[in-house]
Amino acid sequence: MSTGNIESWAGTISEIGPVYPFVGTEVILTIVCAIFVLWFLIKQSSIENATLAEEQRKFGGKESLSKIVALEDPKDP
Amino acid sequence: MDNELTALGIIFTEFYYWVTVVFMFFIHVGFCMYEVGATRHKNHMHTLMKNTMIIPVVTVTFFLFGWWIYFAFPNGPWIIGPLLEAQWAVPYSEMMAVNMGAGDLNGWERINGVFWAAFLLFSWTAASIVSGAVIERIKTSAFLILAIAIGSFFWIIDAAWGWHPDGWMVQKLGYHDAYASGVIHAIAGGFALGVLIPLGARIGKFSADGTSNNINPRNPWLVTVGLFLIYTGFWGFYVACNIPMWDVQAGDGVFFSATNIYLQPTTLSGITLNFLMSLSGGLMAAYVVSKGDAFWTYSGGLAGVIAASAGNDLYHPIQAMLIAAAVVPVIYHLHFWVERKFKIDDAVGAVAVHGYAGFIGVVVAGFMLWGYPSSPNPDYAMINPLGNFIGAIIMFGVLGFLPGFIIATILKKLGMLRIKPEIEIMGLDISAVTTDIHDEQAIINAEREFVSKL
Repeated sequence: MSTGNIESWAGTISEIGPVYPFVGTEVILTIVCAIFVLWFLIKQSSIENATLAEEQRKFGGKESLSKIVALEDPKDP
Repeated sequence: MDNELTALGIIFTEFYYWVTVVFMFFIHVGFCMYEVGATRHKNHMHTLMKNTMIIPVVTVTFFLFGWWIYFAFPNGPWIIGPLLEAQWAVPYSEMMAVNMGAGDLNGWERINGVFWAAFLLFSWTAASIVSGAVIERIKTSAFLILAIAIGSFFWIIDAAWGWHPDGWMVQKLGYHDAYASGVIHAIAGGFALGVLIPLGARIGKFSADGTSNNINPRNPWLVTVGLFLIYTGFWGFYVACNIPMWDVQAGDGVFFSATNIYLQPTTLSGITLNFLMSLSGGLMAAYVVSKGDAFWTYSGGLAGVIAASAGNDLYHPIQAMLIAAAVVPVIYHLHFWVERKFKIDDAVGAVAVHGYAGFIGVVVAGFMLWGYPSSPNPDYAMINPLGNFIGAIIMFGVLGFLPGFIIATILKKLGMLRIKPEIEIMGLDISAVTTDIHDEQAIINAEREFVSKL
């Protein structure tokens, strides 16, 4: 009993192709992979938008921005 | 793999590409350091994460479709022929995984993964080139879409067309670009330029009267070490563009040699001489033209290599040096002229160093190697100036600039491209910075409380 094609290395190794478990599930794995990367891109975008909106809300006022600009100005005492 | 000599050839090739991949990883490390060093303190972490996340998204999408494009698209498709079969490169192939090589592909089953990785590292490089140009105002989510477009789609189409031994540009135009002046650099530079137009300049880059202001690198040490690492990785890049062992003898007989990507003979010695001499030519010319400016001297070294790369499989080292030295002043002046004239804010000079140098490098190779065969196949067009000029336009303009401009314009229309000006002023790391301040204050308060009880 094995999850892959290999139960022993005693046979003819030149006849062995793929050695990963669950050979035959490659199409399903590919679909999962595509869904995973799409999920990440959507999730990343939503995290970024939420973070930017929060920053805008917290620090986007004239007073906050004036303080930030003053901190950057080498001539400002 | 049933005799030592065959096994040695296959396992050496497998190991050879694996080593190139490790070396090329330095390119990405270098790009991260370089970009962060060029960024103002308020955007450091965002810049780092933007570039770092190229790695997973381009890797996974290149696994899903990029590798297949390289083998399926050499005919266009439908420019000179149909889509080609490439069963070993589809993501659900048994050969896109650990495989003992029971098929009849002469060991390709074992080499497929490392060759995929070598091309993948080129993909990261293409996306990283764009990343530097757009720092401090692009949304990461927009950039990742652009990175997938250039890294897993457009650059690999140009590789199928102009870098595959049977690509239609090689067959019909005699296109020659051995170390990717156009195939990586011109396309990525063109793509970056296409993105920069709809993206717009950073606040303050241009004054109201139109004059430009330098936003200089905030950490020149990080920038220079980053560029040194890019040079280091470039060794791996060059070697990865070769095939280590191939029978190059046409007709009767056998002669094994290293070859370029088109299966034409070259030597590791030759490309090593040319790499170093073109680097030197670029460094010297850039030092002179920029009057010793560190940022542009280092960048000029890189541009020098890129300018000679298209023909560095065949050039004499002094030719490589002179080409580099001649091209670098052109791209340096072109960068500032484009900046002034069109108000393009290319934060790290990526369009010039990669795009213009790559474009000119391809054109120069067309003249320098005029009449050389473009392929071992005698039916293919010879290398010629017009073929390489058209090729350079395809790389920079058709597959680089146009897609970059179109995708970035769509993202802009959807409000997804650029951060708000308030965020740009406060800096993209504002949340991280304020959280750090809050946490530090809490720690200090706890320490004060402890001391007060003594």
